[in-house]
Amino acid sequence: MIDLQPFWITFQLALITTALLFVIAIPLAYWLAHSKSKFKSIIETLVSMPLVLPPSVLGFYFLVAFGPSHGLGQFIEHYFNTRLVFSFGGLVVASVIYSLPFMVHPIQSGFSGLSPYLKEASYSLGKSRMDTLRHVLLPNIKASLLTGIVLTFAHTIGEFGVVLMIGGNIPGQTRVASIAIYDEVEAMNYHSANVYAGILFAVTFVILLTVYFVNHRYAITKRL
Amino acid sequence: MISFSISKTMDTAQGKALLDVACEIRQGELVTIYGESGAGKTTILRALAGLLQPEKGYIVINGHEWLDTAKRINIAPQKRNVGFVFQDYALFPNMTVRGNLEYALRKGQAAKIVDELTEVMELQQLQTRYPGKLSGGQKQRVALARALVRQPTLLLLDEPLSALGSEMRYRLQDHILQAHKHYGLTTILVSHDVPEVFKMSDKVFVLEQGKIIRQGTPQAVFFGAEAKDVFRFMGDILDINKSGEIYSLTVLVYGNIVHVATTEEAVRNLKHGDHVMLSSETFHPLITKM
Repeated sequence: MIDLQPFWITFQLALITTALLFVIAIPLAYWLAHSKSKFKSIIETLVSMPLVLPPSVLGFYFLVAFGPSHGLGQFIEHYFNTRLVFSFGGLVVASVIYSLPFMVHPIQSGFSGLSPYLKEASYSLGKSRMDTLRHVLLPNIKASLLTGIVLTFAHTIGEFGVVLMIGGNIPGQTRVASIAIYDEVEAMNYHSANVYAGILFAVTFVILLTVYFVNHRYAITKRL
Repeated sequence: MISFSISKTMDTAQGKALLDVACEIRQGELVTIYGESGAGKTTILRALAGLLQPEKGYIVINGHEWLDTAKRINIAPQKRNVGFVFQDYALFPNMTVRGNLEYALRKGQAAKIVDELTEVMELQQLQTRYPGKLSGGQKQRVALARALVRQPTLLLLDEPLSALGSEMRYRLQDHILQAHKHYGLTTILVSHDVPEVFKMSDKVFVLEQGKIIRQGTPQAVFFGAEAKDVFRFMGDILDINKSGEIYSLTVLVYGNIVHVATTEEAVRNLKHGDHVMLSSETFHPLITKM
């Protein structure tokens, strides 16, 4: 009998990560799209780092930083009464950072692609920045928001290195689907590995297909 | 009374240029700012709307200070109560025509004004359409209506007609004039079209490289004191032909093609595409290059 718990943990992780990133990425992407600050390049670089760094590097730093022997880990343990290494909470924090560019980049390019006059027109109609963002800017970058959400979700499902480093392989807590596959292969259970892998393959394929399909339809309705 | 003085460094195609202007406009006037692109016309409007901040200057609208760099006063664009019609209209693509107008309503403002403007701008048939499905002229009317919803003190029009064909242009000019009178607005129109300036404005400011070089009625500004002619049209030269000693000019005047016979001397400085004024002093046509 195949244990489906790794999938449950995987989707839970992907869902929470995506929801958190959506909230974090909108202000960040807005700032990156409009700012002329000299720190912009530095922030942009940091946001993009997870794209190029080996996941094990990130995982290693998280492990060290969140560990109980380190200041940050001690601080979190003391004030939040939680330990981030080898726990689901740690997976969420690591995933949020690891998937950051997948949410920020599409939204940022969505904002940059809008005519600056839309924002100004809304301001000159007496609307606040918040109203403008909610009623004018965000509704006009729906395709970008959807792309960000889905890419983040799919990318979090596909995590391996970071998860392994900071979460380990604790059944029911940190053992996500990608790690379960690795585990089954190590144990020579090719059949189970095959089932896990097949399900992941199918799910991610369907998710991405949906994005491309929906975005093409957006593009067509936009042209009309 | 509206008075302002604005000083601002602009990035133009020719490099940095300084915009340095001061104007006074009476309430209820429709004035145009006329000049080549890059002269700073749009910058003036944006400064008035609060969309950019001048390095130095002041803006006083009917006794209210919107800007005074010396006193560090700079009222946010949201609080300035201007109607701004952008060159690309800036309609919100996610809202219908009606939605665009309703979005502009103040908190608690009755939607009656939306109905009224819909009627005045002839938008009844278009209310449920999205901007993506409107023609240029329709978009322009929506943008104008939207700018009027809040009943602004000052209406700013940034070359809203430049992208339209001539017939549509004349109709929309009428719409603007009608709204200007009906709502008792003070209107500033940016234009680089002389006929438009004549038709629309009480007063014109000619802007060149960031400075106002002339101002006054269109008549006085463009023709000076020598204007004592019987009739006068603005047009563009389409063709210059020589037949014998006589030259024949083909000129496009308000969508009509006109032929004018004239002398070699008169055509010496003219070429295809030149913007000219045709006028007559009793049976003696004159052509003046603009």
